[in-house]
Amino acid sequence: MRLIANCSIVLLLFTAVACQQTKGDSGLPIIGFKTLVERQVDGKTVVDSLDHTIPDFAFVDQDNSPITQETVKGKIYLADFFFTSCPTICPKVKKNMKKVYTKFKDRPDFLILSHSIDTKYDTVGRLAWYANKFDIESSTWHLLTGDKAALYDIAAEYYIAALESPDAPGGFDHSGLVALVDRQRRIRGLYDGTDPEKMKELEEDLALLFQTE
Amino acid sequence: MIRQLKERFWVWGCCLIAASSTWSCTNGTERQYREGAQLYQTHCSNCHMEDGTGLEALYPPLAKADWLQQVDVGAACIIRNGMEDPIVVNGIRYEMPMPPQPQLSAVEITNILNYIHNAWGNKREQYISLPEVEAALQGCKPEE
Repeated sequence: MRLIANCSIVLLLFTAVACQQTKGDSGLPIIGFKTLVERQVDGKTVVDSLDHTIPDFAFVDQDNSPITQETVKGKIYLADFFFTSCPTICPKVKKNMKKVYTKFKDRPDFLILSHSIDTKYDTVGRLAWYANKFDIESSTWHLLTGDKAALYDIAAEYYIAALESPDAPGGFDHSGLVALVDRQRRIRGLYDGTDPEKMKELEEDLALLFQTE
Repeated sequence: MIRQLKERFWVWGCCLIAASSTWSCTNGTERQYREGAQLYQTHCSNCHMEDGTGLEALYPPLAKADWLQQVDVGAACIIRNGMEDPIVVNGIRYEMPMPPQPQLSAVEITNILNYIHNAWGNKREQYISLPEVEAALQGCKPEE
């Protein structure tokens, strides 16, 4: 009995340490799994835990301009996944994101990356048509396409579900989450883009991030 | 004791009658409108939005939309069969195709029509009847 009690205390401590979420100056969490890296200091092994960051990427936007990690360097940005012929949640997410865009679009250090997961149909031309009809500027809001595997891989890095599925309406299954990414490419929040309340939170967190970090 | 019980019975009985009569007296059209609102929520609001405003020049509005007023009952065919051709609504050109919804019955389409024709400041003189919708749907059966 005592052993079990001791074990659970140890387990509890362990969980507390493992799940401890670091926070930045804004108080917003730094989301993601940490990577432990060993290094030698004065002959001793020291273990550093590195925050999860979005890896380098290379896509093109509605103007056929290359969009890479250099584009988002030192900027705060939103990332989401969609496709232009999506008959389900996408229009709602886009409507809510447009409100955030309208509010922050004049900041030179703000961007939105919307990744299309329908690489076959959503060509650069189709994305340009969509951007025009949606009335957005490619200086702030990039609609991305590119290598299919790379797009699905980066969705996983943002912790946003996206997969091809013949059974789903429109042929793709994906979540309507919007990621808030800071200047160091760390995820600071994930928000349900279909929910206006959650998107209000996103707006507040974004403003806070601009003020403090 | 028995008298008390009797009184209680009457009080509760009256309440019950009052409640049930209010329930059954709810206007038939009002019930249809509510069903239409629910169906709209499920089948239409993703693109046309809960408030009927649509999305920019991608998805047309239904609220205060001249085009909806023009097609009137004919909107039944668009709901059932979808639409590929571009349209101009309130002066803006919309090119996004609308998917068909062949699973919706004539009754369901009637309720949706009555909802969209009377919600968000829209107002149609008369409620659309099921025979009107059935006739419209007869005229636009997709080619076999």
